[in-house]
Amino acid sequence: MNPTVQTLLITLVILFTLLNFAGVLIWVERRVLALLQDRLGPNRAGPFGLFIIVADIIKIFTKEDWVPPFADRKLFILAPAIILFTVLLSFTVVPFAPGIVVLDLNVGLLFFLGLSSMGIYSTVLAGWASNSKYALIGGLRMSAQMFSYEVFMGLSLMGVVILAGSLNLTQIVEVQRGMWFIIPQFLGFLIFMIAGLAETHRMPFDLPEAESELVAGFHSEYSSMKFGMFFVGEYIGLTLISAMIVTLFFGGWLGPAWLPAPICFFLKTFAFILFFILLRAALPRPRYDQLLSWGWKYLLPLALINLIVTGAIVLMTGNPQPN
Amino acid sequence: MLKSGDQTSLSESPVLESLRGAFGEAILKIQSTCDGIPTVWIRPGQIKAVLKYLKHEAPQRFAMLYDLSAIDERTRQNRNDQPESDFTVFYQLLQVESVQHLRLKVPLEQSNLLLPSITDLWPAADWYEREVWDMFGIRFDGHPNLRRILMPPTWKGHPLRKDHPARATEMGPFSMPTDRHIEEEEALQFKPEEWGMERESDESEFMFLNIGPQHPGTHGVIRFVLQLDGEEIVDVVPDIGYHHRGAEKMGERQSWHTFIPYTDRIDYLSGVLNNLPYVMAVEKLAGIQVPQRAQVIRVMLCELFRISNHLVWYGTYAQDVGQLSPVFYMFTDREKLLGIIEAICGARMHPNWLRIGGVAADLPKGWDSLVREFVDYMPAKLREYDAMVMDNYLLKARTRDIGAYTTEEAIEWGITGPGLRATGMGWDLRKEKPYSGYEQFEFEVPIAHKGDCYDRAVVRVAEMRESLKIIRQCLDYMPTGPIKADHPLTTPQPKERTMQDIETLITHFLGVSWGPVIPEGEAMGCIEGSKGLNSYYVISEKSTIPYRVRIRTPSFTAMQFIPPISRGHMIPDLLAIIGATDFVLADVDR
Repeated sequence: MNPTVQTLLITLVILFTLLNFAGVLIWVERRVLALLQDRLGPNRAGPFGLFIIVADIIKIFTKEDWVPPFADRKLFILAPAIILFTVLLSFTVVPFAPGIVVLDLNVGLLFFLGLSSMGIYSTVLAGWASNSKYALIGGLRMSAQMFSYEVFMGLSLMGVVILAGSLNLTQIVEVQRGMWFIIPQFLGFLIFMIAGLAETHRMPFDLPEAESELVAGFHSEYSSMKFGMFFVGEYIGLTLISAMIVTLFFGGWLGPAWLPAPICFFLKTFAFILFFILLRAALPRPRYDQLLSWGWKYLLPLALINLIVTGAIVLMTGNPQPN
Repeated sequence: MLKSGDQTSLSESPVLESLRGAFGEAILKIQSTCDGIPTVWIRPGQIKAVLKYLKHEAPQRFAMLYDLSAIDERTRQNRNDQPESDFTVFYQLLQVESVQHLRLKVPLEQSNLLLPSITDLWPAADWYEREVWDMFGIRFDGHPNLRRILMPPTWKGHPLRKDHPARATEMGPFSMPTDRHIEEEEALQFKPEEWGMERESDESEFMFLNIGPQHPGTHGVIRFVLQLDGEEIVDVVPDIGYHHRGAEKMGERQSWHTFIPYTDRIDYLSGVLNNLPYVMAVEKLAGIQVPQRAQVIRVMLCELFRISNHLVWYGTYAQDVGQLSPVFYMFTDREKLLGIIEAICGARMHPNWLRIGGVAADLPKGWDSLVREFVDYMPAKLREYDAMVMDNYLLKARTRDIGAYTTEEAIEWGITGPGLRATGMGWDLRKEKPYSGYEQFEFEVPIAHKGDCYDRAVVRVAEMRESLKIIRQCLDYMPTGPIKADHPLTTPQPKERTMQDIETLITHFLGVSWGPVIPEGEAMGCIEGSKGLNSYYVISEKSTIPYRVRIRTPSFTAMQFIPPISRGHMIPDLLAIIGATDFVLADVDR
């Protein structure tokens, strides 16, 4: 097959799967949360209430699409596009299975980190462009939260990079054939997971939204599909973080031989998504200054220690992964 | 002639002795009341000096300003030998340790409705004086911000005056012409100066943030105006009155009996805990002794409602600091509880269950197994919630050292109930001055020591366990006997004999048609509500309706206390403070 057509095909399949998966996640999250909270959740429309997804989509498309007159119109429209654009673009470097990757970049990890930094502009700009106080506070919180958590999000991954000797995600997965990085890089995994949660601003790190304080935070003024894009962006972001954790620490598609690689990858990712939903049901929200101080006081030093120790061990024992 | 039971000879009270010694010429009269609270009429000119003396110098010092309101006396028929006045302002003080109340009354003439403000003596007087201004049009000289508090700023008239209409049908048809519309809109304009806030300091320009009247974190319609420097709260001003329904005014037009359902709706989470102080006050006036079984039923229902209230508080408290799930578990348990309450009372939130002289009906068949099932079921659940909420690291980090105050501050601001006990003072009216037979029950008064949001939560959680203990005792020792007092003023009359003899039938008929005629007098019923001291002060002039019903609620004082404990914290802390305060807005606004 023509490689261009092949890439195009893979791209379309991934895009299609992701967008639908985000839709399904809406249902999954509501049902799982309901299960955890002794409720029923949406169970009326269709089998297991699955058609709620269709109903939600119809609803969100037909709501009045309102741009507040006091908002900065251009930025207001741009902001939700950024989040969807950056998360979807990040998926281009994620290897779903051998050969099923849109862009097998040799700096894939860097590309992912760069795009995740870009994604924050969405929240910050939405907060700013809304020209509303709740949105502004939400946007400010997001920027402070991310400038802090970005730092060690990258640092926490450097251990993996040292061990793998590469920034290419496919190679990082291949290197884990002997042992998943969760074992040597457990600390790195914890820090990355926390930073990733903060990145997706989901509970318990949903300070930019903080319903009981800021109503809806940075997207207070958004309606219709512009709000829907934040919503979908959040779910795809959640999928992305889960996929990255799996790729970097849990051996990506690697698994028992009888299980097809993409399925294996999907199952692992889904397990993390469920874990994040569980966290949302269980934990209260820290205060914003507490979140920042934990980041700087504990997580950053830990990430540095992890980096130094990994580096030292690699230096002592020689390159563990001769490429 | 006053003829009710517990009239006390007040001249022996040591407070009155010392007051007479220091301010002999200021005392106009010592009035006798049915509730045994010393009531002294003071000349308007000297009230502030007397209050200052009582707070700081008297041998028995009254640290708490318990209540402050007024009475429009202009249409009152039977005043006995009280001093002449068009309006009477009353100050009720409480000496916490000895649970002694003192009521000071000040007569005012319509031509000169002015009193010195006592906000410099008690900061808590601020809102009370504003309420008196709003409701009666009595001004307080030296008050820092004498604006309307419950009614909108454009309101004409003072609602609790007797000449102000009580029903919409007594007023002309409502219309909103353009000029009035503009006027109303202009009144809504936010001007920080009117709220007592600066626009900027030397270093920065403040941001003003409206939380409410519609906001997911405020538990109802209230507006907090925040003066912010970054996310730090410089000042916060609660704007109450959105839930004001004029319960006190309604009291002046309902019969003694038909006012009971209205009390349910004051603190709508606590059901019979609202009925009780009201019927206690009326029973004092009427001189009714409530039979044992009715008292124990009352206690049991009160404690069931206390748990129900605390469960709602528990869930919303966790939700306010961002924990999504607990509220569902707690509401599920509350649902079980409301099922029991429904089986007993026929209604869930608004039971309308207590009656003058007893309770509405006897306990239904099988009530004991329902209640027993619940008291057996609940302790394990409470342990589970401890692990889920109270032991949660993040929740502790969010609520420890937030909104802390000392016992002295609490008393100064009139805080009672769990809010006071969280500061280390084990003061519970059920122990200190038992009513309705609480002295016969064994239970502890849980306390905590730091007085912060977390400690307030600790106290409430422990209180639920104590309430369960009390309910279990009710269950094991429920006395037999009548559920209504055998007294001509018990309403509705016990029905057993109505079909046999005409006298009882007539009394019953009059009792349910006109309503009972309660002997003249004044009395206050005070209980330990779910949120603090809850009391009804009723005045009767020997009629089928009360002359004045004053409702003193714990939420009002708690709400007034939110600004001083919030300053310097951040926005999320304010939500934690709101969550830990446990107020009901209908209880604030009445």
